[in-house]
Amino acid sequence: MNSDRRLIRKDSLEKLFKALKQNNKTIIGPALQNGKISYKISNNYSEITSDYIQTTQSSKEIAFPRTEKILAYSKNAEGMSVKGIDIKDIPEIVLWGVRPCDAIGIGELSAIFNWDYKDEIFNNRLSKVTVLGFSCSKADEYCFCTSVGGNPGNTEGSDILFTQLGENGDYLAEILTEKGSLIVSMAEALFERAGKVEKEKFLVDVPVRFNHEDVRNKLTTFFESGEWVQQSLKCLGCGACAYVCPTCACFDIQDEAHGKSGSRVRCWDSCGFSLFTLHTSGHNPREVQSQRWRQRIMHKFSYMPDRLSVFGCTGCGRCSRACPADMNILEHLISIQEATV
Amino acid sequence: MDDLRKRAKELLEASAVKVVIGYENGTENKTRAIFVEKPEDTGKLIFDSRCIMNLASYLTKHEVKNKGKMAVTATLPVMRAIIQLASEFQVNDSNLLVLGITPESKLIEFKDLAEVESFVHKYQIEIDVRNKEMLDKIDKMPASERWNFWIKELAPCFKCYACRAACPMCYCHRCTVDFNQPQWIPVPSHELGNLEWHIMRAVHLAGRCVDCDACYNACPLAIPLNLLTKRMLIDAKEHFGGYQPAIKAEHLMSTYKPDDKENFIL
Ligand code: SF4
Ligand code: SF4
Ligand code: SF4
Ligand code: SF4
Repeated sequence: MNSDRRLIRKDSLEKLFKALKQNNKTIIGPALQNGKISYKISNNYSEITSDYIQTTQSSKEIAFPRTEKILAYSKNAEGMSVKGIDIKDIPEIVLWGVRPCDAIGIGELSAIFNWDYKDEIFNNRLSKVTVLGFSCSKADEYCFCTSVGGNPGNTEGSDILFTQLGENGDYLAEILTEKGSLIVSMAEALFERAGKVEKEKFLVDVPVRFNHEDVRNKLTTFFESGEWVQQSLKCLGCGACAYVCPTCACFDIQDEAHGKSGSRVRCWDSCGFSLFTLHTSGHNPREVQSQRWRQRIMHKFSYMPDRLSVFGCTGCGRCSRACPADMNILEHLISIQEATV
Repeated sequence: MDDLRKRAKELLEASAVKVVIGYENGTENKTRAIFVEKPEDTGKLIFDSRCIMNLASYLTKHEVKNKGKMAVTATLPVMRAIIQLASEFQVNDSNLLVLGITPESKLIEFKDLAEVESFVHKYQIEIDVRNKEMLDKIDKMPASERWNFWIKELAPCFKCYACRAACPMCYCHRCTVDFNQPQWIPVPSHELGNLEWHIMRAVHLAGRCVDCDACYNACPLAIPLNLLTKRMLIDAKEHFGGYQPAIKAEHLMSTYKPDDKENFIL
């Protein structure tokens, strides 16, 4: 489908919000909590903020919640009953205010969840999501979308991409998919014909800092490099980078039993934890933090492109912003590209 | 700062230590840890008011301590953590040298940890006014309101354990929350799981937490979990005569005395 370009007035965004609510959509948008921007269910347009570079957490929770009860069971006299997730119980979600580096991440995440086994729960959740992307007019030191094939006005992954035409300006709306058209049909009058607009003029300039194919090639012979230890000495081994990342998909399964009933829960997990690879025998193939850090980079920049034909990093910079030790992934990727060993 | 660089250089040149742990400039005006192993790299060391990370957390990390004798740039909270770690047999004079920074930002070097301890004991741990006010406010809440306050504050926690990783006292190889066969506390980050995780952590830090705020500063979601440990410090003061880390100490949570008060048990 060719993108349909329309114009929506700045003041009309609120009307669009209301129209979506009237159509029983659950709207999840960026909101402020404890000084951090997170995606939250928004009941009023006023709860949504537009003053942010990137949200602290990615939007992956809409299809891959941090804690998901994948089944519940109970035992009684007649036997055992097991209940899974009913797709009817999953709400229709409109994700509002997603940056292009997050929108594209949804595709990378899908590649993992559909690699060999098709993850029904993930796919069902995603099928109910419409993505309203918003291009970037601001960036910070952590952003590097352009080094991994993206850009601040990238349409990939969005159903509609909005680009504000100058500070306080109206918005260009690129309607990219069927789901996007459906949103337009709920408030047709708000979407005017767009004249000739040079969208690029209004996007922030994010310089390319490294070449991801070069990094990928370098990694094929980099496994034993001393660089990993050098980079990761300050890494504390937590899960912050993985949990805020739009493409990190690792999970753990936990059973919670309470007498005759209980549930099986899928929880986020991270390769940064030492426990992640600990065997029952006590042996741990990734014994030290440098091996875990290596796994993180290898997975995203070597294994994923090899096996899934997508990179596992969108350049959103969230991991670096969230890292308690200021492990800056961009810096580390540049030094991998430049390393001579 | 020049004093610090000069001393670090001397130590490395004389092979008195294998690594100097300090601060360097990081991203967006932040500072971060640096591990200097060559005399010529000591120029990267900095110290100013932005240097708030508790570097004592690194002293128990495998790949750091395996380098050999360490020297560490240590402000008062870092020194307190070091003394507590020494009392728990995690650091000692043969593996650690302290490059102290006084509250007036002056370099002060110590012959041994006993000297660090004497220095630390010149100061009391004082909870800052803003947090004190918040704690008073929480104390005055009726129980149900207080419950709701914590449920709401802890709800966003996604159990990334950055707080634990950044805490110098959370050096356990296997944290209680990591056990899943059987589970001591629920692993998933749902309401009960989050609540139990934070209560458990606060209790494990009672009489050990040095009030450095590393946990709070590490939390990517800015959850005010340090209020819990601060509360523990106040309780330690009120019911057990205070808390001051000491190399040969009776540990608050593992020492029983017949005249211990029990009036704080609800
Ligand atoms: S890189 Fe940072 S966020 Fe990631 S595990 Fe290490 S310390 Fe935690
Ligand atoms: S690895 Fe870091 S920069 Fe890349 S997508 Fe994940 S959070 Fe964003
Ligand atoms: S919370 Fe307790 S068990 Fe866990 S690391 Fe800290 S002190 Fe150890
Ligand atoms: S309190 Fe913050 S740092 Fe600690 S586990 Fe929860 S989200 Fe992570």
